Amino acid sequence: MSNFGFTISKARIIDYDANDRSIAEYIAEHEPSFRVCIECGCCSATCTTGNFTRFSLRELQIFLKRGENELVRDNIGKCMLCGKCILVCPRGVNTRNVVTLAREAFNKKVKNAV
Amino acid sequence: MNKHIVVIGAGVAGMEAAGQLSNAGFNVSLVEKDENTGGHLNGWYKLFPDRRRSSEVKDYLDKLINKDGIKVISGTTIEKLVNINGIFSLETREGTEMTADAVVVATGFDLFKSSRKEEYGYGIYDNVITSSDLEEMFRKDKIVLVDGRVPENVGIVHCVGSRDEKVGNLYCSKLCCITAVKQAIEIRELLPETRVFCFYMDMRMGGAHYEEIYREAQEEWGINFIRGKVSEVSESIRKKLIIKAEDTLAGRPLKMELDMLVLMAGMEMSEGGRILAKSAGLETGENRFFASADNHFGSNISNIPGVFYAGTCTAPMNITETISHARATVSDVLNYFKNRS
Amino acid sequence: MQFDPFVIPFNIGLYFILIYAVVRSVRWFSNLSRPDKLRLQRGFFGRAFGQSLKEIFMESLIHRKILKSNFRLGFMHMSLAFGWFLLILFGTIEADIFGEKHLNAPYKAIFFKFFNPDHGRAGFEAAYSFWMDLLLAFILSGLLIAVIKRFSSKVVGMKKTTRLRVLDKVALTSLWLIFPSRLLAESFTSGAYGTGSFLTGFLGSLLASFLPAQQMAYPFWWLYSLSLGTFFILLPLTRYMHIPTELFLIFARNSGITTGDQPGAFTEIQTYSCSSCGMCIDACQLNFSAGITNIQSAYLLKGIRNNENVSDIAFNCLMCGRCDQVCPVGIELTPIRMIRRRAGETEPVQTSIWKKYLPDRLDIMPVKTNGKTSYSFLPVEEPAKTDVLYFAGCMTHLTPAIGNSMVRIFDASGVNYSFMDAGGGVCCGRPLMLSGQDREARELINFNSQLIWKSGAHTLVTSCPICYKVFKESYYLDVEVLHHTQFINMLIEEGSLKLNFLRKKVVYHTPCDLGRGSGVYDEPKEVLKHVVRLQNTNFENEKSLCCGGSLGNIKISYQEKNKIARDTAAELTRENPDILATSCPLCKKILAGATETKVADIAEIVAEAITVPMLKKNTPKPASCLRKNVIVY
Repeated sequence: MSNFGFTISKARIIDYDANDRSIAEYIAEHEPSFRVCIECGCCSATCTTGNFTRFSLRELQIFLKRGENELVRDNIGKCMLCGKCILVCPRGVNTRNVVTLAREAFNKKVKNAV
Repeated sequence: MNKHIVVIGAGVAGMEAAGQLSNAGFNVSLVEKDENTGGHLNGWYKLFPDRRRSSEVKDYLDKLINKDGIKVISGTTIEKLVNINGIFSLETREGTEMTADAVVVATGFDLFKSSRKEEYGYGIYDNVITSSDLEEMFRKDKIVLVDGRVPENVGIVHCVGSRDEKVGNLYCSKLCCITAVKQAIEIRELLPETRVFCFYMDMRMGGAHYEEIYREAQEEWGINFIRGKVSEVSESIRKKLIIKAEDTLAGRPLKMELDMLVLMAGMEMSEGGRILAKSAGLETGENRFFASADNHFGSNISNIPGVFYAGTCTAPMNITETISHARATVSDVLNYFKNRS
Repeated sequence: MQFDPFVIPFNIGLYFILIYAVVRSVRWFSNLSRPDKLRLQRGFFGRAFGQSLKEIFMESLIHRKILKSNFRLGFMHMSLAFGWFLLILFGTIEADIFGEKHLNAPYKAIFFKFFNPDHGRAGFEAAYSFWMDLLLAFILSGLLIAVIKRFSSKVVGMKKTTRLRVLDKVALTSLWLIFPSRLLAESFTSGAYGTGSFLTGFLGSLLASFLPAQQMAYPFWWLYSLSLGTFFILLPLTRYMHIPTELFLIFARNSGITTGDQPGAFTEIQTYSCSSCGMCIDACQLNFSAGITNIQSAYLLKGIRNNENVSDIAFNCLMCGRCDQVCPVGIELTPIRMIRRRAGETEPVQTSIWKKYLPDRLDIMPVKTNGKTSYSFLPVEEPAKTDVLYFAGCMTHLTPAIGNSMVRIFDASGVNYSFMDAGGGVCCGRPLMLSGQDREARELINFNSQLIWKSGAHTLVTSCPICYKVFKESYYLDVEVLHHTQFINMLIEEGSLKLNFLRKKVVYHTPCDLGRGSGVYDEPKEVLKHVVRLQNTNFENEKSLCCGGSLGNIKISYQEKNKIARDTAAELTRENPDILATSCPLCKKILAGATETKVADIAEIVAEAITVPMLKKNTPKPASCLRKNVIVY
């Protein structure tokens, strides 16, 4: 996370056409509520992990939707699955399944299953 | 034309509808569950967009219904509505009965009970209040904490009970954003030293003059707008409120100590409306408000011929829209009797 | 020597199944872990043997548990199992007494009528025939219910019957054919010889009046033998494998073998012991509230038996434990599910029919490598020393009324306490364990354990049953772990908490992890009885419902959870209580969104009932066990 930002030379633009959004599609297919997030930030605000380190589920899921997967892959493991985010989400997103599916998708990705 | 029409609910919509129906020559009975007419208007101090006093609108409505053709029956709740061959029989909770040739339902809305969102601490922490509690303070010209101090930092939470699946309200109440901006300005007017923070999900400034007020709030009153819904409120040992939100635009969680938190309670179908809907068989939508016969050209018409809707019993509306909607009822009532004769 | 070729299918089937049962048992025994083998050996020659025999009689034959909960379903099982047992027993005795010689081959008893058609004309013989007819009628009545149940499961009170595979259908058909074909074979023979009692005799003479009974009997004796043989030979491939397996299970269980958290022979035995009776499906709230009908324990076990990938089934469960309570075989369903969760996704294995007779061990090859989880970001903390540590739990931060009430209770009882996660703590680890990630959970457990240890506390109080269960079961702590209801109950008994009686009617919802999960049923109710009038519901203690919000289920949608919550709230508030009380922040949050009735935690009710002391010096004495280092106000 610390070298994310201006220090890396990669373009800051999201190259939507080139990016790989298969992981987001995999999640949406298995957990349709993934689609209805309105980016209110409730989940990240209440997050147990977010209390200790930079971890925002809202941010991670929007990155997935844009195909910016690396950041998600490196951070999704920090979630403790405690479930507070599920209780506060005004859209009823099944956040714990989103995290589980994202982890699963990254694992399958290694095996070219997604 | 000696038709008798019962208007249920003497808020803005009911009073306007009653006045205009009387002007059109009908005999009108205006039934109100409270002792006074005016409904929620009595709760507001000043109105958006121009911050005129609500009493001015109340005066206009009072004048409108103060005439011979209108009988105001207050302190009375309609519990039953039965249609017998086009004549409606209405039964009150008190046991009396009346008949009508047509009924206008103007049961309005109830404010969302903020204690249902326990994580915001309404009813648990003293200095968590609702938008309507704040209006009460405005009326007294005094914004103070429970211990009598003046708040230095005030937070305003948008969308409390609106756009929230967890309380069963998927819809947007539409007026809380502009109410928040209005109240933020009013706080700053009264307490120039106090900082105000609005926590919003989306600023829905769709009404006439709303966007201009939003700009004014930023430009002239220095209100802070933070995009992120508050998810948790706790209390420090010094009795300060600690709120947690994510500043979604900065992409970082945000923690803040506040002296006072104002919850922008949304609008829900009123309890009176729910009882009426059940007893009379009036259709309600998924949002629990009355379902109109048609979204475009039948928003005053119900599924029972002769029963009409006026105002916020069908959807959240501001006062301007409510008055227009109530007036439109009159033309639907006229058409109804014309087609029957 | 009495012999006829038609007995061959039966003989093949019988000897096959007997040898098979021995081979399978030996394999299971050899697959048990060393300690479990010792347990079983000790059990077999000890008191457990008698217990097992009793249990086999009561549960495998009489089916007492099913009878108690559902009489018609129980009668069906009892008539088939116990009836058949009696028929074999008395058939053997019959062949022994009335046959040519003693100690006959089994087929002589089974086909006694064929070889002794003249038997049963008068006297004791006739009385015995009457008894045998009665037994057959008993079995047939159960079979009738079974057939009706297949086509309309409402008759026996079951809402869902488990779905069948092709082999199961063939086996089921052969099972169904056994007794009607015996009835017809015996009736025709009786008709031809003018013997038989009220059933076979009556039916026989009726049939003989318009049919050539002598010729008709023989094919039905063939059919009887064939259906018996087919049933025995197919048995290991079908759910009827539960019949022999259950006997082994009962011995193993009575010897003290438990499921544990690793796959093994005992898990396998339990998996094969499931009769797919469907009681777990009836008890499952996902079934009757949310309409999800393919994930219940019977389906899980069937999937495991068939080597399918059961990961989706394993994770779609509230882990409420209601099915464990109703399973008539006593299979530890939730622990088995947990084992499958730890395994994650598995590759489905296709095996030939022959291979299925001696399947490989149901070992799970985990595919997942979620190696990335790491909580290295957790800080090192130095907590203040205290006597009692209060861990509110993650969820309690979203129900501030509970935390606030606990603080008031602590203050009122003069306890020296410290609020461990006042500013938000680290998750207890149970949610991760419920997702099968024990190794990751261990990191959180270690972090919290250190904090608790460093605080020097002798008591740990938590408001969250989820945390309570994991503190009790998976933490190695030398502190007393109490749920806040237990703690409050102790304070009341010690006299350090003085409470007013509130004139309110209250029902109590037992949270799954506190009740069935941890066995804490009484203390919460004791506390409530001190302060309010406690109403009874139809869902007390082990029968309590789940609120639907369980962290055990990762798969279901908010809407489905809400359906469960609404049904549960509606059931509990049937008598219009003033308050629906619970003792879990998650239950509270979920139920509050599903009912108009006020929902409150026991802590809130108690806090409201606290007697305000008139003078400060009247503050009651703290509980004796907490008296060391107490700050007196």
